[in-house]
Amino acid sequence: MTLFEHLPVLVVIIPLLAAPLCVLLDRPVLAWLAALLASWATFAATIGLVAQTASGETISYYLGGWAPPWGIEYRIDTLAAYVLLIVSGIAAVVMLAARTSVAKEIPADRAARFYAALMLAMAGLMGIVATGDAFNVFVFLEISSLSTYALISMGRDRRALYAAFQYLVMGTIGATFILIGIGFLYMMTGTLNMADLAARLPAVSNAATISAAFAFLTVGIGLKLALFPLHLWLPNAYAYAPSMVSVFLAATATKVAVYLMLRFVFTVFGHEFSLEQMALHYVLLPLAVVAILSASLVAVFQQDLKRMLAYSSVAQIGYILLGLALMSPEGVTAALLHVFNHALMKGALFMALAAVMWRVGSVQLTDLAGLGRYMPWTLGAFVIGALSLIGVPLTAGFVSKWYLVTAAIDAGWWWLIPVIAVGSLLAVIYVWRVVEVVWFRPPNPALVDQREAPLSLLGPTWALALANLYFGIHADLTTGTAETAVASLLGGLR
Amino acid sequence: MTLLGFLVLIAVAAIRLRDLFAVVMLFGVYSLLTAALFMNLDAVDVAFTEAAVGAGVSTVLMLSGLHLTSRWEQRPKRSPLLPLLVVGVTGAVLVHAMLDAPFVGDPQAPVQTHVTPYYIANAPVEVGMPNMVTAVLASYRGYDTFGETVVIFTAGLAVMLLLGIQQGTHNRPGLNAIGDQLVLRSVVKLLVPAILLYALYVQFHGDFGAGGGFQAGVIFATGFVLYDLAFGEGDARTVVPPGWLHRLAALGVLIYGGVGVYALLAGKPFLDYSALSADPVAGQHLGVLLVELGVGITVFAVILTIFYAFSGRGRRA
Repeated sequence: MTLFEHLPVLVVIIPLLAAPLCVLLDRPVLAWLAALLASWATFAATIGLVAQTASGETISYYLGGWAPPWGIEYRIDTLAAYVLLIVSGIAAVVMLAARTSVAKEIPADRAARFYAALMLAMAGLMGIVATGDAFNVFVFLEISSLSTYALISMGRDRRALYAAFQYLVMGTIGATFILIGIGFLYMMTGTLNMADLAARLPAVSNAATISAAFAFLTVGIGLKLALFPLHLWLPNAYAYAPSMVSVFLAATATKVAVYLMLRFVFTVFGHEFSLEQMALHYVLLPLAVVAILSASLVAVFQQDLKRMLAYSSVAQIGYILLGLALMSPEGVTAALLHVFNHALMKGALFMALAAVMWRVGSVQLTDLAGLGRYMPWTLGAFVIGALSLIGVPLTAGFVSKWYLVTAAIDAGWWWLIPVIAVGSLLAVIYVWRVVEVVWFRPPNPALVDQREAPLSLLGPTWALALANLYFGIHADLTTGTAETAVASLLGGLR
Repeated sequence: MTLLGFLVLIAVAAIRLRDLFAVVMLFGVYSLLTAALFMNLDAVDVAFTEAAVGAGVSTVLMLSGLHLTSRWEQRPKRSPLLPLLVVGVTGAVLVHAMLDAPFVGDPQAPVQTHVTPYYIANAPVEVGMPNMVTAVLASYRGYDTFGETVVIFTAGLAVMLLLGIQQGTHNRPGLNAIGDQLVLRSVVKLLVPAILLYALYVQFHGDFGAGGGFQAGVIFATGFVLYDLAFGEGDARTVVPPGWLHRLAALGVLIYGGVGVYALLAGKPFLDYSALSADPVAGQHLGVLLVELGVGITVFAVILTIFYAFSGRGRRA
C-alpha cells in the first residue's frame, strides 16, 4: 500500500499521535510547532481525501487489516470528506493564531498540555467522521468530549470551571444515551459495522428495541449538537472557554454532531425507518423553529459578545435542523451548506473576538465603545463575518439561506419563510448593537492606547472572513460537493 | 435477580445518603456486585476490570478527592422533580426496549450467530491465542482499544491541566493521611511485592487467561497507592517521581501508536500486527504483547497521576 492509500487513517492518527508528542516536548513553543505541523499535515491529507471522493466514490480502509464486520472499517464518502475538511481546515487556521493567544491566556507551564488536549479534541472529531463502525464512534466521541471538557475549564474566568462541569454532566448523559443506543443495535443485529447494520436492520425494524435505540441515539446526539432544548450547556461553554477553544468548538464540534445525526438517520437506520416509521422530522421541525426564534431573541440581550455568538450558534443549528426536517434532497443540501458556511462565519467572528480579547482583555460590549477606531481591521473582519451570519448577498451565509428558502418553497411549507426572515432580522439587531457600539460611540477612555491586533491573530481572522466572501461568490464549489454528498447519502429518497 | 435487586437498593441508598464517605463505600460495593453480575454472564475479563477499576482504585481516588472537600453533601436547592421525570422516562423506554430483546443466554440471539462464530472459529488460527477476548480486543478491534487507551490518557491530561503536576519529591516519611499504623505497615510491606508481581502476571498472561494491560496497569498502580497511603508520600514518589508520570503516560500511547505506524510503514494497514514478523501469527503475538504493554504503562501512569494530584494537594493545604 502506498502512503496515499493510508490517507483515511492518517487524518486521524496524525493529530492523535501529535498529542502525546506535545506532552513529551513539554515546552510551549515546541508543542505549538508540533501541533501546527500536525494540523497542516492533516489538512493536506484531507484535501487528498476530498479529491478522491469528489465525484461520489467511497473509500474503505480496514484497520488492522481485518475485514468488516469482524474488524473496524474506516469509510470515507463525499459527505465524510466534506466534514473532515471543515474540521481540519478550521484546526489549521486556529493553530496559526494559537501561539499568540495561548501565550496570553494559558499559564506557560500548562501550555504544552493545552496543545495536546487541542490535538486530542481534533483527533476525536476527525475519528467520529472517518469511521464506519458504530462503537468506534463512541470511542472517539469520548476522546473529543473529555479533551473538550478539559479545554473549556482552562478559561481564565472561574466560571469556566462551572461551565465545563455543566457540559461534562450533560455531555456524559448524551454519550451514555448514544452508547445505550449502539448497545441495543448490537443486541438486535449482532454487528457494529454501519454498512452491515444498515443491511440487517430492516429485518428487525419493527422491534421495540430498535425504536428505543433510535430514541436514545437521537436524544444523545441531540445533546451533543445542542438541539433545542438540550442546548443549555452551550452558551456558558463557548463564553468562558479560552478564545482559541471557542473558535475551534464553535466552528467544528456541533457540525460533527450534525454529521453523526445524518449518518445514523440516513445511512444506518435509513430514511424509510427514520422518517416514515419514527417521523423524526415532526420532532425536529418545531424544535428547529423554536431554536431559531428564541435563541436569536436571547442573543439580542447579551452583553458578553462570546455569549451572544453562542446563542446565535444555537439559532444557526436551528437552521441546519430545519433543512434536515424538510427531508428533501434540497433541504438536506441546504443543511450541509449551512454546516460549512456556519463554520466559516462563526470561525471568523470568534477569531475576531480572540483578537479583541488579546488586546482589550474583555469582550463585554460596554468595554468596547469606540474600539473600531483603534482596531479597524479586526472589527472590519467581524463585520464581514456578521454580514455572512445575517445572510447578506455575496457572503457564504446568503448561499445557505437561499437554498433553505428554496427548499422550503419546494416542500410547500411557505410558513417557514417568515420564520427564516424573523431569525435573520433578529440577527441584524444583535449584530447592529455591536456595530453601533464599536464604530459610532465615543471611545471608552480605557481604550485610548489600544492598537491593532498583531498579524498572527489578524491574518487568521481575515483568512476566515475572506473565505466567507469567497464561498459566497464561488458558491458552486460548496453546492456541488454538498449535492454529491446528499445524492450518495439519500440514495432512494425521491 | 438477587444481584440486580441489591444493585437497585444500593443505588437508592447512595442517592438518599448525605454522608459522602458512605456513598463512596456504596459505590465500591455497587461495582463489586456488578463484577459478580459480569461473572454470572461469563464475561470474565470485564468482571476483572470492573473489580480492579470500579471496586478497587476508583474508590481510593474518590476518597482522596473527598479528602479535599467536605464529607457531608449540602441539600440540593432545586426541586428534584425534573431529574426524576427524566430518569422515569428513560427507565420506561429501557423497559419498553426489553420487550422485544432476546433472552440472556439465548443461543439464537443475533449476537451469538453473526460475528461471534467467526471469532470462535478463526481467532485461534489467525491470531493464535487461547483467550479469544484478548484476540478480539487487542487485534480484531485493536483500534478501539487504542482509542480507549487514548481516552485514559486524555483523562490523565485533563487532571494535569486542571490541578497541575506536583513537581519534585517531598521526602517526609510518616506524613500521611492515616498516621503511623504499625500493623498496617507490616501488612502492606508483605502485600506490595505480591501485588506488583501479580500485576506483571496479569499483564503478560492476558493472552492465555483473563487479564491484560488495563487490569495490570490498575493493579500495579494500586501497589504504589497502598504503599503511599501507609508509609507517607516520600518513598513512593522517589521511585516514580510525579514529574515523570505524564511522560510515561504519553510513552504508553506512543508505544501502541508506534506499533500501528510500523505496520503502516511496512505497507500494511494501521495496526496490522502481521507486519511485525515474517510469520503472521507470530507477528500477531508480538503485536498484542507490545500494545498491551503500552496500555499497561499508560493506565498505570494515569491512575498514579490522578492519585498524586489529589493527595499532594490535600497535604499541601
